[in-house]
Amino acid sequence: MKEEIIIAGFGGQGVLSMGKILAYAALMEGKEVSWMPSYGPEQRGGTANVTVIVSDEKISSPILSTFDTAVILNQPSLEKFESKIKPGGTLIYDGYGISNPPTRKDLNIYRIDAMDAAAELKNVKGFNMIVLGGLLKVRPLVKTENILQALRKTLPERHHNLIPMNEEALQKGMEIITKE
Amino acid sequence: MAKEEILLMKGNEAIAHAAIRCGCDGYFGYPITPQSEVLETLALEKPWETTGMVVLQAESEVASINMIYGAGSAGKRAMTSSSSPGVALMQEGIAYMAGAEIPGLIVNVQRGGPGLGTIQPSQSDYFQATRGGGNGDYNVIVLAPASVQEMADFVDVAFELSFKYRNPAMILSDGIIGQMMEKVILPPFKPRRTEDEVVRECPWAATGRRKDRKPNIITSLDLDSANMERTNLHLQEKYAEIREKEVRYETVMCEDAEYLMVAFGSAARIAQKALEICRAEGIKVGLLRPITLWPFPTKQIAEMGKRVKGILSVEINAGQMIDDIRLATLGSTPVEHYGRMGGMVPSPEEIVAALKEKIINQK
Repeated sequence: MKEEIIIAGFGGQGVLSMGKILAYAALMEGKEVSWMPSYGPEQRGGTANVTVIVSDEKISSPILSTFDTAVILNQPSLEKFESKIKPGGTLIYDGYGISNPPTRKDLNIYRIDAMDAAAELKNVKGFNMIVLGGLLKVRPLVKTENILQALRKTLPERHHNLIPMNEEALQKGMEIITKE
Repeated sequence: MAKEEILLMKGNEAIAHAAIRCGCDGYFGYPITPQSEVLETLALEKPWETTGMVVLQAESEVASINMIYGAGSAGKRAMTSSSSPGVALMQEGIAYMAGAEIPGLIVNVQRGGPGLGTIQPSQSDYFQATRGGGNGDYNVIVLAPASVQEMADFVDVAFELSFKYRNPAMILSDGIIGQMMEKVILPPFKPRRTEDEVVRECPWAATGRRKDRKPNIITSLDLDSANMERTNLHLQEKYAEIREKEVRYETVMCEDAEYLMVAFGSAARIAQKALEICRAEGIKVGLLRPITLWPFPTKQIAEMGKRVKGILSVEINAGQMIDDIRLATLGSTPVEHYGRMGGMVPSPEEIVAALKEKIINQK
């Protein structure tokens, strides 16, 4: 098993931390992982992306030019990465962030209205966990319980009271993702 | 913390944790992207409260390297980290350390140049690292990690080599290995050396006046040319011994290889994926990854040069290591280069295409 994933959106949306939690959960399941962020003058509102690889075997290149799965949260990222998904691969996009939906016919395309759901849950910061829930629904790479375990490991203890909200967001994402 | 706990962290963070664990006495540095997490992690970990390790944000890179020169002169395990333009500023201090035979560790998490260049990854400081970099006939021991695990492991290796040979050592990394997260098992805790241990293990160090020996004078200056030549001859003997004993490298599928890629650090990771693509197509490609860039695995590459139909040097620069490969192979096989510059990183597919165009499809 090997999954090469790109997660891309605006800085501040939680793209990098979503990738980190996914990688951490996979690590706890004994998988090989790599997490390669775009870095530099990224800021809230700019673009940010992270390449996450989850594999049963040792990972060679952390740098990729094509992906099995893309999680796309804004228009510039769709334009950048739609062509880089392998045929038959998976594309998940947030309906709020994308004005011109993807056009490729050779992909499994899913829409998740995570921004709207986050507003509904009154949990705007839970946006990335809603998206992660959606991703795990269609690509069950790790167990949900390990995502929660990863949160406990990576969040400072003073924020552990937020874990139930994150669990709720994950569940919500699993419920609302729909195939195009 | 459980023994052998598997953690997920950035290469830069791994360097900082490893420094605390391998008995480092002092870190002196100045922030610069893409390596600022080294200093940030040390500031978060507060090792001065646990091991007594000093962590200081210096006023500049020039100050940092001279603080290491000072700490190393007293037999202390001291280190700094920076990125390309910062390491350029340190070259004078590194040359002084080499001349005065002072150990110390310099970590370069490279970014694109020349000048201030870019903050994205690059391997364009290969020449600077392996040719000395400052003035005079000297060499720095250079280790090139290709994973977060090696970032952690090479801190202790570099310190050990540095003290064994009384010579500065460098970890030459880049923005990819510094910024990426991977699994890592941190090295076991090793206590800092006591004052008595420093006196015993570093009889050359400036550890205070003693009645039983002459004062130890630390300097790279000698205005008597005959003496200075003796110093240089001694350094050259030392470098010859390091070349003989300390070469490290890794090979991947070289046994039946018809074509060879040579790549170090992050480029070796990308080249390995290119190798996987080639092997799936039935093309017999091998990969040799120099782990020490100085001393360079000259003999091993010369040996491979006699067996393969061609060598591609894959570097994230305009072609620097290729000179060492050509010097090793002395024309026994064609040697070509592929790389990107300015913070652009080659993809595995680009490397495969270059290998076919420049090596495999050449008559």
